[in-house]
Amino acid sequence: MYDVVIIGGGITGCSIARELSRYHLKVCVLEKEADLCCGTSKANSAIVHAGYDAKPGTLKAKLNVEGNVMYSRVCKELAVPFKRVGSVVVAFSEEEVADLKVLYERGLKNGVSEISIVNQEELRALEPNISTQAVAALYTKTAGIVCPFTLTIATAENAYTNGVNFFFNAEVKEVRVLAAHNGRFGFLLKTRVGSFESKYIVNAAGLYADLINQKIGGEPFSLIPRKGEYCIFDKDQGYLAKTVIFQVPTKMGKGILVSPTIDGNLLIGPTAQNIEDKQDTTTTEQGIQEIITGAKKSVPSFAMQKTITSFAGLRSVPNTEDFIISADKRVKGLVHAAGIESPGLTSVPAIAKMVREILEEEGLRCKRKRNFHPYRQPIIRFSELSPEKQRRLVRQNPNYGRVICRCETITEGEIIEAIQRPLGARDLDGVKRRTRAGMGRCQGGFCGPRVIEILARELKIPLNQVTKCGRASYALDGKTKDSGLEEKGGWQ
Amino acid sequence: MVGYDIVVIGSGPAGLAAAASAYKEGVKSILIIERDRELGGILQQCIHNGFGLFYFTQDLTGPEYATRFIEKVKENGISYKLNTMVLDITSERKIIAINKEEGLLEIQAKAVILAMGCRERTRGSINISGTRPAGIFTAGMAQRFVNMEGYMPGKEVVILGSGDIGLIMARRLTLEGANVKMVLELLPYSSGLTRNIVQCLQDYNIPLYFNHTITKIYGRDRVTGISFAEVDIKDKRPIAETEKEVACDTLLLAVGLIPENELSKKAGIEIDPITNGPVVNDRMETSVEGIFASGNVVHVHDLVDNVSKESEVAGRNAAKYVLSHKKFPSIKVKTVAGHGVLYVVPQIIHPQKMEEEITLYLRVKDIFKDQRLMITIGTEQNPKPIHSIKRLIMAPGEMQSINLKREQILKGIHVNDAAGIDTGLKLTVYIEAKGERKDE
Repeated sequence: MYDVVIIGGGITGCSIARELSRYHLKVCVLEKEADLCCGTSKANSAIVHAGYDAKPGTLKAKLNVEGNVMYSRVCKELAVPFKRVGSVVVAFSEEEVADLKVLYERGLKNGVSEISIVNQEELRALEPNISTQAVAALYTKTAGIVCPFTLTIATAENAYTNGVNFFFNAEVKEVRVLAAHNGRFGFLLKTRVGSFESKYIVNAAGLYADLINQKIGGEPFSLIPRKGEYCIFDKDQGYLAKTVIFQVPTKMGKGILVSPTIDGNLLIGPTAQNIEDKQDTTTTEQGIQEIITGAKKSVPSFAMQKTITSFAGLRSVPNTEDFIISADKRVKGLVHAAGIESPGLTSVPAIAKMVREILEEEGLRCKRKRNFHPYRQPIIRFSELSPEKQRRLVRQNPNYGRVICRCETITEGEIIEAIQRPLGARDLDGVKRRTRAGMGRCQGGFCGPRVIEILARELKIPLNQVTKCGRASYALDGKTKDSGLEEKGGWQ
Repeated sequence: MVGYDIVVIGSGPAGLAAAASAYKEGVKSILIIERDRELGGILQQCIHNGFGLFYFTQDLTGPEYATRFIEKVKENGISYKLNTMVLDITSERKIIAINKEEGLLEIQAKAVILAMGCRERTRGSINISGTRPAGIFTAGMAQRFVNMEGYMPGKEVVILGSGDIGLIMARRLTLEGANVKMVLELLPYSSGLTRNIVQCLQDYNIPLYFNHTITKIYGRDRVTGISFAEVDIKDKRPIAETEKEVACDTLLLAVGLIPENELSKKAGIEIDPITNGPVVNDRMETSVEGIFASGNVVHVHDLVDNVSKESEVAGRNAAKYVLSHKKFPSIKVKTVAGHGVLYVVPQIIHPQKMEEEITLYLRVKDIFKDQRLMITIGTEQNPKPIHSIKRLIMAPGEMQSINLKREQILKGIHVNDAAGIDTGLKLTVYIEAKGERKDE
């Protein structure tokens, strides 16, 4: 019997898991995919917002500002790269300057620190490549950039180290509310990988949180998938944005942004389109055109032929217009952390804390662990070490002497570590998200075959059982005609 | 830190030929650095024939072609390191490399020859819409799986791009039992060799659709299909009414090659925005003294024979550079791609120090039938014709080469005291506008 079952292995579920792992509790996370960070958490703007966007008084406003402050510590503990590069909201006309003032006032009300309006000259000093049409900007120093994969995986790893169990390919098929008697309550959750009994459920199922809620019989809410398409560019374009460059927001969101990524690439996007299908992460020609046009308005000089890839993510937009973080009114023991759209990534450290407090209010006894270990050792990034350390490392472990991904200079040692560490990579995308192998300009053209080989070897599976992202996403088909010889004992 | 006279980066056809020719020229202290497990580069996965028709006047497979050079390297006792990745090169020719056995290596070279080849353009760089499932391969990656690892990328295949690798893979996968449904080409012509269109597609009844592209990819786990459409000839945009779907489990992309110059950039070498390779002179020396380059790292070739030839120039001149540091001045002539020509390599010629003869390599921008390639030399205002050649057919997919003798070039210029200075002299290669000349 678990104290808490968390449904969803995205950044929200993993952050809640880590928060609960500070206490004497039996906790597990059920993730329907083969790895962590496979939904909304993997495809977003990767930005830690300052907090001037949300309406004062909303959960979004409160948790954004709180979460932003908590980021420095969280990322330090988890050894996740995080930079407060600042952000600018660019105005292209006097009317838009008026909008900046509204945002500025809102920022002050929300408690955002280090916020100011800068003129054209100051803006150009901050962003030398900004369009000459830009007239002013709202500048906040506290906005930052982070890698959402690294953060989610690091958070989960740390939760795991502190005793949380994780189950993958564990889509929740059925939830039975066990009869409440003697003031006790509980749930039975059925998945392909087994059944789980739990006193409490935290619903952090991302886009599917409304469907999970429906299964359990909670008070209804609905989530609309809102698609956002992005393009990511070669690192040689990274210099074009120093801060996160926004435009004045519209009803549909914060508009098209141009941003450096924590790894030095340039990111543009997203579109904002409400759709029906919760799986539709297709990119479209119109979408890509829209973000190119939009991004060029802010920074005209990026080179399209330097695109590394394009992708789409789905935000889970709640019909309530605010995060849904509360104990369910109908089902005792069910707590929602749903509708975590932007500024969700920023808010998660604060969301996790809030969910724990709600669980306590609902009767969960949280007794602090003495031996909670907040720190996580990162996967060694060979290319970031000093030559002296590199030398020593290869001597200790020669696998660090074999470069597998030439674009990002990722060694075999790093890939093996990514596979072998707790909650390790099981597929190509898993290796990519943990090490960046395959994330560079050649998109795995060089390292792909080598990573498949290493995965097969380390996981002790045949090459053609290696997948891109779990399920049936096999990277290869069967053997070629002639290689049947090998199976009969090879060449004599 | 260890030292070598010449360090060659890459052991594909370019690196091997450059090393062999440097050795022949008299330099014995040579090191080849190769990142893969054997010498030969991409040739080792090109198990089809058609290599060496010009260079050896024999029809060889890729590995056979490579072996000829590998044997030469081994006979001469030229050093090489396998499974070794170069991480950095400085403009002072200091190289940082790494492998499992020796760890981090620091190597000082008197001359460096860059022979890193090229990489394939990917799905991302051409922004194909749709999902991002497994089953999308660049053609070269698929070739490695089939020919070196013994695995099939899939069964029902669509290929985008009719460049040589795309064509070769259409045949290869067919021979291995896959069903290659079609090859799509955005342009109105193939950028591959004619012989490959015949021998790889027509012989197997694989349809090739010109002016077509892929508009969407379907499938969540593996590719389940694609949409394709005809494109407007002018703006290359898909025509919506012509869009069709086809089921497949594999998509191969043969959509172009990009010279791999990340290391060159680290050394501060000037890159030509058209070729995406280093700007080189007639001796295949880059803008950084003592660093030479040849093969696909300079510009993408269609025939390995030309790579070998070009690399011999690089190897020979790197050796000369090492053996005699004598500097004698020469006028600098820039080569210019004129009407109908996309680029010319080398970009710079020093007529007074060039070898007896040089080969200019160039690509044309469109298909030209029965036209003349004209070469002039002189100032912008006063170009003098020095050579012209009639070609029956010139296509962007088939690289053109022109041999020029030193006297031909010298005849066209006044050798004055302006030596060493950029005199604004240009050697222009262009396609004669039709009707300009009526004789012949």
